[in-house]
Amino acid sequence: MSTSADGPALLALQGVAKAFGPPGHRTEVLRNVHLEVARGEFVAVLGASGSGKTTLVSLIAGLLRPDAGTITLDGRPITGPGPDRGVVFQNYSLLPWMSVYENVLLAVEQVFPGWPAAKRKEHVLHHIALVNLSAARDKRPRELSGGMRQRVAVARALAMDPQILLMDEPLSALDALTRATLQDEIVRIWEQRRKTVVLITNDVDEAILLADRIVPLSAGPGATLGAAIDVGLPRPRSRRRFNHDTRANRTRAQVLEALVGHGRKAQKANAPAAAGQPVELPA
Amino acid sequence: MKPMTTMKRELVALLLPAFGLALVLGAWSVSSRTWSKSLPSPSKTWEVSRPYVAEPFEKRGEMDQGLGRFAWYSLILVAKGYGLALLVGTPLGFLLGLSPLFRRSLDPIIQVLRPVSPLAWLPLGLVLFQNSGPAALFTIAICAMWPTVLNTAVGVRAVPQDYLNVARVLNLSRSRTLFKILVPATLPYMFTGFRLSLGIAWLVIVAVEMLTGAPGIGGFLWQEYNSLIYEHIIACIITIGLIGFALDKVMGAVEARFRTA
Repeated sequence: MSTSADGPALLALQGVAKAFGPPGHRTEVLRNVHLEVARGEFVAVLGASGSGKTTLVSLIAGLLRPDAGTITLDGRPITGPGPDRGVVFQNYSLLPWMSVYENVLLAVEQVFPGWPAAKRKEHVLHHIALVNLSAARDKRPRELSGGMRQRVAVARALAMDPQILLMDEPLSALDALTRATLQDEIVRIWEQRRKTVVLITNDVDEAILLADRIVPLSAGPGATLGAAIDVGLPRPRSRRRFNHDTRANRTRAQVLEALVGHGRKAQKANAPAAAGQPVELPA
Repeated sequence: MKPMTTMKRELVALLLPAFGLALVLGAWSVSSRTWSKSLPSPSKTWEVSRPYVAEPFEKRGEMDQGLGRFAWYSLILVAKGYGLALLVGTPLGFLLGLSPLFRRSLDPIIQVLRPVSPLAWLPLGLVLFQNSGPAALFTIAICAMWPTVLNTAVGVRAVPQDYLNVARVLNLSRSRTLFKILVPATLPYMFTGFRLSLGIAWLVIVAVEMLTGAPGIGGFLWQEYNSLIYEHIIACIITIGLIGFALDKVMGAVEARFRTA
């Protein structure tokens, strides 16, 4: 698989497989997954719910160990979780007894134990400001809206200064408007920081808007990644222009074809096993 | 039903408990006059107990003190036993919640020891410590700690995987995971256990004092039974009930505070 950016891959998955369940009744969630992500690249993994997206993130995060294959970050195999990968979980995973500031500080203290207190504080405040939450820094998560909570999660992940940012459907629980705002923020932050990003999503338009490359994940069980599709749209991208942009429409059609086609193949291959839910076609 | 105005509803909220109280007082009066002649009537109870209620902190002798003073002795003993119960019960609960091995080895014995009455523990305490003071503490602690142990264990096991994932992604050390994640996440469960434990500790104190004869509300109750002053028994029962109710209210408020944390 080729990468769209230059240089060796920062993140590489080779022949990764993962199954769950007791021996003899194991359900294969992912099989033969290959993925290479270049430094500074924004890759979206697109798949329907139930296709194993969260499993994929957990594997890269090191929360799960693959049954087969290897995952390397910057050439080193991943053996467990670590702060070199900033994870933004689908359900935010903020600690409810801590304020916004304390949630971010916990990560900063852990990753930069040698820093003097003043520097830590400045670092935390900087990242809270980066996600536009300075006014809410002393609030508890339950006092915040879903969108604000997700910003805290992004700030926490970025404040760890990770090599790669993993986002597991970070916006799927949000309403359309908040979603659009946060998509714009993710682009803005990515352009400022040039972090390598792997975004897991089930939204084709979100993937097209944000990513350099889109990798379709076939419907599970036994899901695998299809051939990557280069988005190739110039940045900055505008959501409004997309509806009339032939190139965007072509990309969308290509992605859907890859997803649905791949899904069909996977379904045939897995028959008579129950297939995952069908991919939702955007209106 | 027609909707009630706020004032009407408040009136009803006051009247219903008053009605209940009147019902009990009525039954008590009738009983003392009919089938249980030795039961003092409510008015007689009030008359005889009055000096103990009106001067609650008066000390006339070792076993002749105001109800407030006796209750205070009892509360101090309860506080010690309860503190011991929490000190032992909370870490034990954490161990049970964290280690399946620990849980599987200790759960059966806990289930067997838990329902044992304070009346059974106290003699063992006396054998162990040869002294009624430590034996009383031992009995209160061992009876009161189980809700704390079990609730803490349940709370630890109920800590959402999300929080633990955060700890893992951040590579938090064991002790930091314990104090930054597990303890705060378990606090609501712990406080439910603390509240139930306090209720039991207060329940146990009376039995313990009755057996040891220590000055306190329970000891006084037993002494007055032996001296045939039945009015004081009833006064003691009411005092014990009121204090238990107040303790539960206070702990309930504390618990509610931590539930939303």
